[in-house]
Amino acid sequence: MSTAPSEVEETESDERVLPDLPWITIVWNDPVNLMSYVAWVFRTHFGYSEAKADKLMLAVHQEGKAVVSNGTREAMERDVEAMHGYGLWATLQKADA
Amino acid sequence: MTSGFTRVHRGGAHARFDVAEASLLASLAGQVIELLRDGVPDPQVAADDDDPLAQLVGIDGPGDPPDDPVLARLLPDGYSDEDAEDANADFRRYTERGLRDGKVANAQVVIASLREAGADTAGVDDPVDVELDRNAVYAWLRCLTDVRLAVGTRLEVAEGDDDRWEALPDDDPGKAMHDVYEWLGYVQETLVHALR
Repeated sequence: MSTAPSEVEETESDERVLPDLPWITIVWNDPVNLMSYVAWVFRTHFGYSEAKADKLMLAVHQEGKAVVSNGTREAMERDVEAMHGYGLWATLQKADA
Repeated sequence: MTSGFTRVHRGGAHARFDVAEASLLASLAGQVIELLRDGVPDPQVAADDDDPLAQLVGIDGPGDPPDDPVLARLLPDGYSDEDAEDANADFRRYTERGLRDGKVANAQVVIASLREAGADTAGVDDPVDVELDRNAVYAWLRCLTDVRLAVGTRLEVAEGDDDRWEALPDDDPGKAMHDVYEWLGYVQETLVHALR
């Protein structure tokens, strides 16, 4: 792959990505929820592929938590509220926190 | 004993339960409803007088997390940072009422499905055939989760704690409850798989 971005492209890239993704939703591991159910929630709520949903579910299970979405604070509050509706233990925080 | 759910047409699912199993499910769903309703703080007390927007749109949720560990697990904080007290209170104020209502509605669907299947009127040896459409499946999956969270939190289950339960004598009430917890997990697992 080519790795010679111009100065202009870098600036555009920063502006496009950074302001849009300041908050993240984290799902935490808990001893109750079934792995199959957690993966189903990720497919159903986020529309993730089976592969992505399984990968995130395994990260929650094995590493204790996983970032499942990012975006505005309002969007992350909606995601966390939805996760609580599904009975998953989720929180939001600033991406750099 | 039930062999769990199997898929039927258009995203629905079917399961045959014993009367005792159906009664148990209805009872547990009812307990979740009671828990969520009993724990609702007085709206008059909980209303935030300083927030005109909240007053205008009728936001009357509480700002503090529930004391009961089961309710606290069903209605967790929205923010994990230690210094997020205000954000957590706001999040709770705007979301908790809706979450409670949603969970109660799911449990009501479960109870209604069981009643439709004749759980109230069946004889002791009659099968209870529960047939769910897609929407009911979603409500059941969430309610089974809430029931398992409630039972699991009360039992203080932990990952990889099988030995703890196996070591209990058969007449220990905790062991019986843990058997129910495991059974609920089995039923839910079959329902997730019925969606595939």
